[in-house]
Amino acid sequence: MTDQTSTAPATPAARHAMAAHMLYVCRENPVTAASFVMFAFFILSALIGPYVVPYDPLATNSAIALQAPSLAHPFGTDNLGRDVFSRVIVATRLDLIISVLAVAISFVIGSILGAISGYRGGWIDSVLNRVLDTIMAFPLFVLAMGIVAAMGNSVTNIIIATAIINIPFYARLVRAEVSIRREAGFTLAAKLAGNSDLRVLALHIFPNSLPPMMVQVSLNLGWAILNAAGLSFIGLGVKPPTPEWGIMVAEGANYIISGEWWMALFPGLWLLLAVFTFNLMGDGLRDIVDPRRRT
Amino acid sequence: MNGRGAAISLRIAQAIPVVIGVIVISFLLTRALPGDPAVQFAGAAATPESIEQVRQSLGLDKPLPEQFIIYVGQLLQGDLGQSVSTGRPVIQELAARLPASLELTLVALILSCAIAIPLGILAATRPGSWVDQLCRLLVTAGVSLPTFFTGLVLIYVFYYLLGIAPSPLGRLDFIYLDPPHVTGFFLIDSLLDGDPATFMGALRQLILPAATLALFTLAPIARMTRTAMLSALGADYIRTARAAGLNRGKILYGYAFRNALLPVVTTLGMVFSFVLGANVLVEKVFAWPGIGSYAVEALVVSDYAAVQGFVLAMALLFVVLNLVIDLAYSIIDPRFGADAK
Repeated sequence: MTDQTSTAPATPAARHAMAAHMLYVCRENPVTAASFVMFAFFILSALIGPYVVPYDPLATNSAIALQAPSLAHPFGTDNLGRDVFSRVIVATRLDLIISVLAVAISFVIGSILGAISGYRGGWIDSVLNRVLDTIMAFPLFVLAMGIVAAMGNSVTNIIIATAIINIPFYARLVRAEVSIRREAGFTLAAKLAGNSDLRVLALHIFPNSLPPMMVQVSLNLGWAILNAAGLSFIGLGVKPPTPEWGIMVAEGANYIISGEWWMALFPGLWLLLAVFTFNLMGDGLRDIVDPRRRT
Repeated sequence: MNGRGAAISLRIAQAIPVVIGVIVISFLLTRALPGDPAVQFAGAAATPESIEQVRQSLGLDKPLPEQFIIYVGQLLQGDLGQSVSTGRPVIQELAARLPASLELTLVALILSCAIAIPLGILAATRPGSWVDQLCRLLVTAGVSLPTFFTGLVLIYVFYYLLGIAPSPLGRLDFIYLDPPHVTGFFLIDSLLDGDPATFMGALRQLILPAATLALFTLAPIARMTRTAMLSALGADYIRTARAAGLNRGKILYGYAFRNALLPVVTTLGMVFSFVLGANVLVEKVFAWPGIGSYAVEALVVSDYAAVQGFVLAMALLFVVLNLVIDLAYSIIDPRFGADAK
């Protein structure tokens, strides 16, 4: 029964109820509300950051190298005299693009694979499960390293590698959601009404798996950022002098033992905040889409 | 034949297709990708002759299925190719560095289990208390921490500010000699050698990187322990045990914890995947001479055979660890194998 309400087009009343529920969740759980605010901040940084930062993120000036945070340079300057604050803000766009693209690719491919295998079953299902098991048999970060090393060291390949290691999570989720609805009453009714398999799958069954998928996307975005930043920390993908959080932490790492903490701290902190935001948002979204699964 | 023995051998047999899959993917990563593998394997400073030589030795002039057979044949002989940066066989390099990585990973896991499991139990037995809140905070913060960043913060605080940690460079300070090689684990070797000074030296070097990895793995273990304990404590058999007047310790550890342990052990499999990946980053931060930092160095100089050897070695290690976990499962759970026919 509940399945049908969620596939039905949202009436104004339903939309109003949804907004009211979101407002209720935000008021009940201030942490979720805070995560939405922080998410807006990161999106804004990505959109307009490069135009509003006080300094050129690539402009070097050896006269002011390695200065501690001050009013002129709130996050200090790095070993080449570049403003760390400007670099951290400008880096937001690249980090978000990498993770959002990677998650989007794994979402689409994972959904298609999972939906087909959950709907058809049989040998397609067994083959897909074997392939997914094999991907999961690798420690995922190590597999990403191997893929980037094999395909070539570029940002595009970082995105592809991150997408590949995330596909199993989406494919399994969609497969489970689709296969429990394969024989459901509304599916059979849609088929009897003469809809094609593709139409039934895409318009009647798949939309039901979207709520748990959105939670997965949010949790996954944080993980994708961590993964991409980790890869660039070890020197894969993003090349200096491009501002990116992982590579900035790597550059700052050489100075931490001599006490210049700001070079590594601020990009690391931003990375941590971004991941934290996505994780909190994921928990909050879970409360919104499924109040029963609250922990 | 008893069910348990059969179930255990079945589980071991199930690992075989996974190993085959891992080898196929490793093969595809080395051969079936754009670009000329011979050029990549020969390294950056290769001459046309050395490229041709590599092409011959890898069998790259033959069709793909035949190449796969050659690849598997070489693997069976333990041949992962030559490292172009050091000139030694990759397998030797990996074997020499593996104990350092294993020592770090295992100490970190023991440390994080020793903290996370009691924390999870306490949080579950006192829901809503400060322990529960602390657990929740640690769980959410823990999964958001980039390991390489935590490591740097720990270095800054404990080495630079407080001066109580040794410099973050490798497994042992240069004032100590490496203990005689028995297991390759410095902590064990120095004890076997009866050398407490070296043991303390190795331990001091190990604490920060192990703590970094442990902080990272704390979250999933604590979260799973808490959830599993909560559901176990809510079960009927606990109510029955309470009604029968058993004492609190027996109920908590004899019944609830033993049942809660099963999902926790399952989570450990996923934790291993994270920890082996995070290991690479932590080794780089602390200049730890394990296989992770070897792979990072190899990546920098495009030492292709070394990187792919590392990926394969890590995957096989992960398969073995998962197998060990499942076998541990069979010890914990007396029902294991009862329904496997």
